[in-house]
Amino acid sequence: MTARQEQDHAAQLEALLDGRFPDARGRFGPWGGRYVPETLVPALDRLQAGVAEHLHSPEFQACLGAELRDWVGRPTALTPAPRLSEAWGAEVWLKREDLAHTGAHKINNALGQAMLAKMLGAKRVVAETGAGQHGVASAAACARIGLPCLVYMGEIDCERQVLNVERMRRLGAEVVPVTSGDRTLRAAIDEALRDWVSDPEGTYYLLGSVVGPHPYPYLVREMHAVIGREARSQVIERAGGLPDLVVACVGGGSNAIGLFHGFLGDPSVEILGIEAGGRGAGLGENAATISFGRPGVLHGTYSLLLSDDDGQIYETDSVSAGLDYPGVGPEHAFLHTIGRVRYEYAGDVDALNALDECCELEGILPALETAHAFAGAKRWARDNPGKRILLGLSGRGDKDMPTLAKFPKGGAR
Amino acid sequence: MKPHEQVSAAIRAAGAEGRTALVAFITAGYPDKSRFRATLAEVAEAADVVEVGVPFSDPMADGLTIQRASRGAIEQGVTLSWILDEIAAMEPKPAAPVVLMSYLNPLLAMGYERLAERALAAGVAGFIVPDLPLDESEPLDEALAAAGLALIHLVSPVTPPVRVEAAARATRGFLYAVNVTGITGGAKAAGEGLQAYLAGVAAKSPVPVCAGFGVRSAEQVKALGAIVPGVIVGSALVEALERGESPAAFLAALRPAG
Repeated sequence: MTARQEQDHAAQLEALLDGRFPDARGRFGPWGGRYVPETLVPALDRLQAGVAEHLHSPEFQACLGAELRDWVGRPTALTPAPRLSEAWGAEVWLKREDLAHTGAHKINNALGQAMLAKMLGAKRVVAETGAGQHGVASAAACARIGLPCLVYMGEIDCERQVLNVERMRRLGAEVVPVTSGDRTLRAAIDEALRDWVSDPEGTYYLLGSVVGPHPYPYLVREMHAVIGREARSQVIERAGGLPDLVVACVGGGSNAIGLFHGFLGDPSVEILGIEAGGRGAGLGENAATISFGRPGVLHGTYSLLLSDDDGQIYETDSVSAGLDYPGVGPEHAFLHTIGRVRYEYAGDVDALNALDECCELEGILPALETAHAFAGAKRWARDNPGKRILLGLSGRGDKDMPTLAKFPKGGAR
Repeated sequence: MKPHEQVSAAIRAAGAEGRTALVAFITAGYPDKSRFRATLAEVAEAADVVEVGVPFSDPMADGLTIQRASRGAIEQGVTLSWILDEIAAMEPKPAAPVVLMSYLNPLLAMGYERLAERALAAGVAGFIVPDLPLDESEPLDEALAAAGLALIHLVSPVTPPVRVEAAARATRGFLYAVNVTGITGGAKAAGEGLQAYLAGVAAKSPVPVCAGFGVRSAEQVKALGAIVPGVIVGSALVEALERGESPAAFLAALRPAG
């Protein structure tokens, strides 16, 4: 990299840290924006105005803070992982979003957006879900707030996350299996967007990751930034200083962006995002968007995505339904472009092995999504002995039991 | 005459003959890839403008019919590049101006300059891009305008008046008025609200306005045609093609009697 490029990247990072990105057009540098049918533009304008008016108002923040404390259970714990530390030759700390209500980081965003939807006068909420965690969080948050909730979920995901489907229904949500497209998260987003296009005034679309048209990538990041704020102060207090590495799994990237934001301004902290490497490096064999993707537009935003030479979106493949998405949030594309965050991938087998190791050594069953972060962190630790690692444990793995049952412990993989 | 002017002229010519212009949508290469040129030629004989859908894996604004058509075409290997080659190779050329309807990503993948060059060479008159609102359209618009091609903007019943005016100023070829707040092929377009909305759009637009989404019958064509110079028929025509019906006969039946 030339000195000029380095200067440019530093200036771009400064702009992000100063709050100048996303800009007025919803862009992080070249990434982001709003690529949606005209019908949705007024709804996005209203949402943007609502976000500007309420999100950082003292009243909203006070209500949200109280709910995060009393209902979600924040702050979540920072757990030292002594046996993993010994096995890896590093000092490992876990930020425990699996201990948040409903079992994953998703609840921070679902609760905040449901509160916002109510303030903006929405009559109903639609959401999409992949692994089901965002669907469960949305269903729970809507029940808490008192709004009807409809969740679109790909038919394949409904089958592999059957427990979460039942949870959503018990929490009062209507779950609609999506039989079109690839019948996973991507098709569920398509369907939720079509629903919203059909009733943009009465419906609030509770988007589950830092993807989609502006202002969603910004809004969802702000809802999850609490993870990084808590983690930074906890690790300084408990470990006596900043970590050398902050690491998290990246599908759409909401848990990762929330954690990363606490540390972007700390130049001594290396930041690593781990994508789903699936079965291999070929297109269609993984969901590692930043590692193998190209610039393009999907679901309303300009970012990196897995598409072919003709612009068709590729089917993805990952053992983890929650990472099985062919795009990534535009802010991650930006952080990759300016080199502030490094993105690697871990394959299915590595993730499954990492999950077993965490279970055996720490008594924690992480989500399959998070298992990718464990695999990536372990690899990093080999090259960086004795360093301090802070890992975002994005959710618990109970929901993955039907998938895990297909991969016997230590078995044929 | 520039390609985008040919589109406006075709719609105005129908009006001069006392007809409502018919803009007919087909998905390229669906249901039968091998019959694409023949179908396009036949539709172009019966319609005033033809809208050829470029299949995309994630058609955000489309209902089940066009989703099914897009998937079917992709499975047969239909790509933007193939469509441009096929149209370029047609002899004689289609009898009506042809515009392509594509989501943005296939256009981005080709690159805007190359897209404009190839579209012009193929005889395509312009583009409709449903996931490209006015605010994001400048880069594509510049490339297409330099080649004299249309970029047809859309407005919907929830578009504020100030945006309708901006879209009407920016659009070339025609202004696409979406009849319903929803996806293609969905709720039947009707009602006094629709008439008022379309009349408002038509009053603001210096180019012809064509109304689309949910148009399935001659009665609708007649009612809409009383307010705007053109109507767009999509899902209903695709379904007729799926049933193996003659597109010419289907479109003729949409023309109001008398």
